[in-house]
Amino acid sequence: MSGIRPAPSGADEELTRLGVGELGALLRRGEVTATQVALAHLERAERQNRALNAWLHLDREAALTAAGEADRRLAEARRSGSEALAACHPLLGIPVGLKDLVSVRGGPCTAGSRILAGYRAPYDAHITERLRAVGAVILGKTNMDEFAMGSSTEHSAYGPTANPWALDRVPGGSSGGSAAAVAAYHVPAAIGTDTGGSIRQPASLCGIVGLKPTYGRVSRYGIVAFASSLDQIGPFGRSVADAAVLLHAVAGRDERDSTSAPVSVPDELLALPDDGGAADWLRGRRLALPREYFVPGMEPGVEARVREAVAALEAAGAVIEEVSLPHTEYGLASYYIVAPAEASANLARYDGVRFGPRLGDGRDYVADYKRTRGEGFGAEVKRRIMLGTYALSAGYYDAYYLKAQKVRTLIKADFDRVFAAGFEAIVAPTSPTVAFPLGAKLADPVAMYLSDACTLPVNMAGLPGLSVPCGLSEGLPVGLQLIGPPWSELTLLRLGRAYEAITADAPWRRLEPSDLAALDDPATPTPAERLALARAAAAATA
Amino acid sequence: MAALSRADVEHVAHLARLGLSEDELSRLETELNHILEQYAVLARLDTDVIPPTAQTIELENILRDDEPGPSLPVTDVLANAADVADDFIVVPAILAAPDATGR
Repeated sequence: MSGIRPAPSGADEELTRLGVGELGALLRRGEVTATQVALAHLERAERQNRALNAWLHLDREAALTAAGEADRRLAEARRSGSEALAACHPLLGIPVGLKDLVSVRGGPCTAGSRILAGYRAPYDAHITERLRAVGAVILGKTNMDEFAMGSSTEHSAYGPTANPWALDRVPGGSSGGSAAAVAAYHVPAAIGTDTGGSIRQPASLCGIVGLKPTYGRVSRYGIVAFASSLDQIGPFGRSVADAAVLLHAVAGRDERDSTSAPVSVPDELLALPDDGGAADWLRGRRLALPREYFVPGMEPGVEARVREAVAALEAAGAVIEEVSLPHTEYGLASYYIVAPAEASANLARYDGVRFGPRLGDGRDYVADYKRTRGEGFGAEVKRRIMLGTYALSAGYYDAYYLKAQKVRTLIKADFDRVFAAGFEAIVAPTSPTVAFPLGAKLADPVAMYLSDACTLPVNMAGLPGLSVPCGLSEGLPVGLQLIGPPWSELTLLRLGRAYEAITADAPWRRLEPSDLAALDDPATPTPAERLALARAAAAATA
Repeated sequence: MAALSRADVEHVAHLARLGLSEDELSRLETELNHILEQYAVLARLDTDVIPPTAQTIELENILRDDEPGPSLPVTDVLANAADVADDFIVVPAILAAPDATGR
């Protein structure tokens, strides 16, 4: 195409194709500097963000300062010898992205909402401190559904994000900016949060790896809260090993989040087995296949890929047995009571006093709250606040909220029973569909909510869940979900590594997102323009 | 379960301190009722003897020592406030000013 800007010289661009492990090896050997690595990724992200809108803020200056510091640490370690070099964390000098609900001192933190426009975080989140401590280079903040409510990133107040596999489709959500940025080679790894599937579903739709850790695994100090009994922070990467390294950097007890658990973080996360070792590890492992997860409305191509993945695991020596998780069908309804209820309480703070602009004339504080919140929140956030307020209101608490909490007990008991029977993990689809077109589900909230039917029961039970790519359906990525008992992240990541190993030669593994070249074309419409077109077309046929 | 009327929607919006336009109220009436229909599936489950789950990890009574530690500088804390006077955040009055009789 004539409109495509020439990509900058090959060597820098090639750096963006490397994963955390490969970049780390080059950095430790001194073959590239962290500054070069940061610049290569920054330039790609800056150049392509118009067409992708994965980033809400790119902070070149802060990134280059952090990269310079990483270069000093690397040089010092090289002088001190191989032991000092080996002791460096694998993320030293590696660019990462943060979902824009993670506090970075002095920087913006919008949570995808207009109401937090102009807010500057007064302190670093716990995970930001941890990433700085290991020497990771934070490139910026990624787009998301407002307050993490959504499955498509279309509910961002700052415009939707496109999917690098098809720019007229959604990347999933709510952590869609992080997933798209990793899939488009803007960063090798990024942070998301997952309340009902917001890491795993976009990982699935963008063809990358995403992990929702056990509830309590990662401190949420400094993170904008959505639903506090469900929210959990986790990593994205293009490989299982890269996601594991990022988890290792951020996981662990922090006294500023009393729900972060005093459970040790295994260093084996940094040394997942190679292809041969991973395949050996897989032999004889008992895995459960829940029949309820092949839900009505699942696309045949998605089901086919997932069943092929299960067959591949079985052929490589895993023992697969079908099981039942009988309360799966109640997950959606109970989740959509519990999560909005908690959200309606958490979002009470955006009132123009504690957070947000103060609108109104100051004569009637209730009227001013209403105006601040009415103008500051988008449609989906208002919908959830309304649902949650209703479910908690006098006369309905028992019928809705208490009932949902009891159903939550039953959902958790389903999982407990499977793991008590000796299964190491559950194998399931991540999302019932591949990436859907921009605008396709915006007019029907319930259709959007169904995107998370296979992921939200895992949050209700507080369990870890990993999504790994397992092929394509109609040219778009499909994700395989691996679910384990509490604190079993290492097992899930070994299992994901084993699946990568046994499918290393699959033709789809060599495919890149199909629309990468169009991201460099200045004639490519922005995602917001594409969404406007889709809406106009829908209105014309309605 | 009962359907939400327009008056119910307005009442919930008031409880939530959400200022909504007529259009938004109409749309929410339809959407919320559609979502509430999905909740009806829960009524099929007998949960009388099932205890509720509020959180999934068994951590209880997490306390820290009552030792004062460093806090954020006042200027940093006030930087995001909508209205500030000296070292204070100005909040809206929630009690009516006394009238001429002093009441």
